[in-house]
Amino acid sequence: MNLYRYSSPSTFYPLAGKLAPWFGWSALILAIVGLWIGFGIAPTDFQQGEAYRIIFIHVATAWMSMFIYLVMAFWSALSLGFNTRLSGMMAQAMAPTGALMTFIALWTGAFWGRPTWGTYWAWDARMTSELILLFLYFGVIALRNAIDDDRRADRACGVLALVGAVNVPIIYFSVQWWNTLHQGSSVSMVAAPKMAAIMLAGMLVMALAVWFYSIAVTLVRVRCIILERERGAAWTGQMTEPGKT
Amino acid sequence: MMAEPVVALREMPAHTPDSGAWSGVRWALARDLKLALRSRAELGVQVLFYVIVVSLFPLASTPEKNQLALMGPGVLWVAALLASLLSLPRLFASDYADGTLEQMALSPYPLSALVSGKMIAHWLTTGLPVVVLAPLLGLQYGIDGEALAALTVALLVGTPILSLLGAIGAALTLGLRGGGSLLALLVLPLCVPVLIFGAGTVDAVHAGLGVAANLSLLGAGLLVAIVGAPLAASAAVRIALD
Repeated sequence: MNLYRYSSPSTFYPLAGKLAPWFGWSALILAIVGLWIGFGIAPTDFQQGEAYRIIFIHVATAWMSMFIYLVMAFWSALSLGFNTRLSGMMAQAMAPTGALMTFIALWTGAFWGRPTWGTYWAWDARMTSELILLFLYFGVIALRNAIDDDRRADRACGVLALVGAVNVPIIYFSVQWWNTLHQGSSVSMVAAPKMAAIMLAGMLVMALAVWFYSIAVTLVRVRCIILERERGAAWTGQMTEPGKT
Repeated sequence: MMAEPVVALREMPAHTPDSGAWSGVRWALARDLKLALRSRAELGVQVLFYVIVVSLFPLASTPEKNQLALMGPGVLWVAALLASLLSLPRLFASDYADGTLEQMALSPYPLSALVSGKMIAHWLTTGLPVVVLAPLLGLQYGIDGEALAALTVALLVGTPILSLLGAIGAALTLGLRGGGSLLALLVLPLCVPVLIFGAGTVDAVHAGLGVAANLSLLGAGLLVAIVGAPLAASAAVRIALD
């Protein structure tokens, strides 16, 4: 089977339509299992009490927030390099989910920090770089919204995403060194106690759930984008209103 | 907009097989500097903006000397970043409006060379005054001796990066609605490492660590930006011209 067949919006649209429910339902089931492990089975942490349970959501979304940026940059590079339409649409479809994941990671992080460290916010390296990642997502989304021409928006956002992707590791390390220079690490997230196997399992299941959720919503969103952009094409008419010709 | 005398494109040196990209850089640099010097008032306003922002901080927080010395480097850096940002929209806008930019893209010189010339001109007109004024403003904050020297050198190495990164944002937002605030949203997060290493130089002096590490990192960032930013910015200009 030639996978490149699906690099065209008209062939990818029905494929995405078939795949999205599978990923969506898997995400739901995995999330239920993951939350059940996290909130039902996993034992109470002897140091952090019940509050630690928020990591089942926090860690999964934090991983996803960074990963989506990389995938977005990858699609942007394809879009710039090969001038393919679908790549730009994929990059566009991912940005809001990436921003959402970043926001959830920050929000849950704050609620975890309050009982654990005694503060909602610390200028910890990871939190600060996560915050800047959120700004980068907002930048891409805002640039997209400011440009009316879709193809120009694809390419402009592509350049921005690539510059950002080069910058993300630099930002992370700069913030880390800055923080260690300023003060001893009063709040260290690295020194987590050794994790029980059941906690790890819960976290991994939740990570998978977040993965599948992100894939599902990206597929649904990219279908909307395809319809919007290809509204002039004949196949979209047949696809949405099969009775008419 | 007033109809300024445009420094015409026919002054561009003829492109021969052995005229390298450098003559393109030189031409764009000379042209932008000439244009900048014809509107000196605007240059003065930008420098004044920097001075005023720096002077506002003690009024808003505290005139207490020790605290001022602590926050001084950060204030100077943030003000430098804002001053650089303030002048960025003009970098390509007028050339874009009157079609000069399109002619540049069509010229036989690499667009990245011409864009580099514009970036250098931007730094000379906005970054360099900031560096020159820094010792004076630093004294107002009670930063002295070695720390002041370190701060100035860090600004000298770091402000070109702001111009280079900023030019990418300026090219991306060419002709868009809400250009100014959008530009800030795009550029400011990218400048975070410069800010951190730049302001950190002074902390390193206070901590007795020496400035070599921070300045090396800034220098490395500058080299990466010199290589990458003209390419990214010229790609962005081409996208805007499409």
